Amino acid sequence: MIGHSEHEHHPKLQHHFYSMEQQLEASILGMWVFLVTEVMFFGGLFMAYLVYRTAYPTAWAKSSEELNVYMGALNTAVLICSSLTMALAVRAAQVGSRRGQIVNLILTIIFGSTFLVVKYFEYAQKFEHHLVPGPHFGPSPPLPYGSQIFFALYFIMTGIHALHMVAGIVLMSVILVMAWRGRFSPAYYGPVEISGLYWHFVDIVWIFLFPLLYLLGFNQPPLG
Amino acid sequence: MSTAHVITPVRTYVTVFALLLVCTGLTVFVAKQDFGFLNTAVALTIACFKATLVIWFFMAVRYNTPLTKVVVVSGFAWLLILFGLGMSDYLSRPWIGVLGR
Amino acid sequence: MHQSATTTARRSYLDAPYGVASWLLTRDHKRIAVLYLISITIMFTLGALFAAAVRTELLTPKGDFLTADLYNKMFTMHGVTMVFFFLVPSIPATLGNFLMPIMCGTKDLAFPRINLLSWYLYVIGGVIVLAVAISGGLDTGWTFYTPYSSMSSTTNVTLAALGVFVAGFSSILTGFNFIVTVHRMRAPGLTWFRLPLFVWAQYATSIVMILGTPVIAITVVLMAVERALHLGIFDPRVGGDPVLFQHLFWFYSHPAVYIMILPGMGVISELVAAISRKQIFGYGFVAFSSLAIAVIGFLVWGHHLFLSSQSIYAGLVFSFISMLVAVPSAVKTFNWAATMYKGSVSWDSPTYFVLGFMGLFTIGGLTGLYLATMGMDIALHDTYFVVAHFHYIMVGGAVMAFMGGLHFWWPKMFGRMYPEALAKTCAILIFVGFNLTFFPQFILGYLGMPRRYYSYPDELQVWNVLSTAGASILGLGYLLPMIYLTYSAFKGAQAPDNPWGAKGLEWTTTSPPPTFNFDEPVVVDEPAYNYRPHGEVHVG
Repeated sequence: MIGHSEHEHHPKLQHHFYSMEQQLEASILGMWVFLVTEVMFFGGLFMAYLVYRTAYPTAWAKSSEELNVYMGALNTAVLICSSLTMALAVRAAQVGSRRGQIVNLILTIIFGSTFLVVKYFEYAQKFEHHLVPGPHFGPSPPLPYGSQIFFALYFIMTGIHALHMVAGIVLMSVILVMAWRGRFSPAYYGPVEISGLYWHFVDIVWIFLFPLLYLLGFNQPPLG
Repeated sequence: MSTAHVITPVRTYVTVFALLLVCTGLTVFVAKQDFGFLNTAVALTIACFKATLVIWFFMAVRYNTPLTKVVVVSGFAWLLILFGLGMSDYLSRPWIGVLGR
Repeated sequence: MHQSATTTARRSYLDAPYGVASWLLTRDHKRIAVLYLISITIMFTLGALFAAAVRTELLTPKGDFLTADLYNKMFTMHGVTMVFFFLVPSIPATLGNFLMPIMCGTKDLAFPRINLLSWYLYVIGGVIVLAVAISGGLDTGWTFYTPYSSMSSTTNVTLAALGVFVAGFSSILTGFNFIVTVHRMRAPGLTWFRLPLFVWAQYATSIVMILGTPVIAITVVLMAVERALHLGIFDPRVGGDPVLFQHLFWFYSHPAVYIMILPGMGVISELVAAISRKQIFGYGFVAFSSLAIAVIGFLVWGHHLFLSSQSIYAGLVFSFISMLVAVPSAVKTFNWAATMYKGSVSWDSPTYFVLGFMGLFTIGGLTGLYLATMGMDIALHDTYFVVAHFHYIMVGGAVMAFMGGLHFWWPKMFGRMYPEALAKTCAILIFVGFNLTFFPQFILGYLGMPRRYYSYPDELQVWNVLSTAGASILGLGYLLPMIYLTYSAFKGAQAPDNPWGAKGLEWTTTSPPPTFNFDEPVVVDEPAYNYRPHGEVHVG
């Protein structure tokens, strides 16, 4: 059983696996186990959010109004587009289309970078309005007690998310180079698939961040 | 269960994509209305639905082994432990009637 | 017992390939286990030195050996080093790494390069902690409570947080490797219920590592960010809650203690079966109890927060569930005892460690019930009773099990026998030294001596002196094996393939094993611990 299978010994089959199928299955399981750790990592932040929102509902609603819903929604749409192109890139690898992989991976990277650019502008706006928590926190008109915590969580949650996006873009660039060199085929596309899993996960985190951070005060009339 | 990966048609991906965009628009629209505490519940429900779409279709979990599905669910279930038992503290503090939060 | 060609130079994982680079770039799980063993021993020694400083200060009622600040740093560094850099990785990264693929009948773990990465992360984390020690130490307590750690402490908290973060990542990678290996790489015929209980225990431990460690990672990130940028998350002046830090910290750190003890229980299961030459009583119950401990262990963290502003209603829930978590541990202890009953118990050195474990773990576990009772904890919290409780479990339990396992599998790992008489002496020294160190601490806690204090009332001195005396004996008990085990790895008598006559896949291969573990592909067709006592026919 060990070392022999109905497939030829694929050059990418590692010695401790007995088939490409086992290797791929193990990689996917492994990536999901890793993503579970990421769920728990972000989970701590969502717990902090939950605790403080329960404590300061007014501060949360008022602070949320300071965030630009349209930029947030745009970013959500951008990430959803990137998930589509990512899924298409994996599919292209599965059917052996080198062009499909390259085009979709490039698009994914472009969408991811767009997200980060929009984020940059959002952050710049926060700095201008003195909404960065710490010694220089000073929104005018003043926000309710607890707003500083909202913005602390806003920056930490979106910041750590953005770091994961950067890592994702770096990862996709590596996969792009490999795809360019024709490394993937219907028999061997594991790296594309598991990188895709990571990318989709980062998208899912944003799917939850968007309503929780941006949409709380959206039904209130704008501040005077 | 065979793990030979089924190739999802492009049309499926595009349909899911469109659905995700619609849901995003819906979330923004609902947020503009005032449903009181339901606002959050609706927003989170839609977010969970979107996440499920991504996990089931884009991440192809529907073709994965039962074990992988258990792993996916357990990650989110563990969050519920953190939230649930943790909030049991904060939510029951006022019951004591002592000064403080 | 096997007679193997041990007189001729067999190529085992130890000698092929040769050279320092081949070790530092290895993908062989057995070599990685040895690398871990070396680095863990270094961190253990460091932690022991910090403990020595603490116990020396406590010889006298006044604070006269160390300044108050220095004392804070000593117990903090002792805790950080021992918890994160010794106890959490010890059995999983050494014995686990070595044995898991072999016990699963396969060539290596699922992700060998990631295994090597986990060791490098551990080393980096260790170097960071050394840097912290050299640059003035840490004084927040190993628990890093806010707001002291995030606002007031002048020590290098951020660097220490980074060290813990990196070590946590190392832990996650180990756990993730084990989970995938057990699920996807078992040899043909090796069904779940034919697996050794050591594998079940490591698997349960890995679940805890995966689900718990990320939470402490984000917690120390939050604390470090708070410290650097003063964002306010744990700052009461702007509405932050320091108790939130405690919730998040203990959400990991309580399950972490199960990370520390579950592998030890797995070791004890293996040793008990081998020394009794008998199938483990209630194999299924022991297997499931590991999973039960892993899961229930996540539901009890609030018992560390009884004296914070945590709601007493939440405290009641946590207290009750904490009682429940003792049940699976008790199941194991009864089953081990039932295994040994009417077994053919040998009196080799591993037996000494097993008996030591069972007595000390029982005491430690039972005293945990006192602390889980919310009302009693009001009197016992932050006293030496707590210190004694967790040292009974961690040192009397986990480290005893680690020592037992190390001795039991040493011949397999290095192909050499250690001096048996010395090993028995060491086990007795450790047992005596341990009890002398920590039993007086139960009394001290009962009498009200707070932990983390460097001075105490004069009438408590006798107990403290006994404790320090015990610590010196204990230190000797740990020093001895460092010497004789190391010596025996190079110069000990050649070991046969199965010196204990034990059942298990690891005993079917050579001592030490070849690089790919088995000369023939493994097929399993019998249950675990398939001993045949007194000529009875064992029904598989």
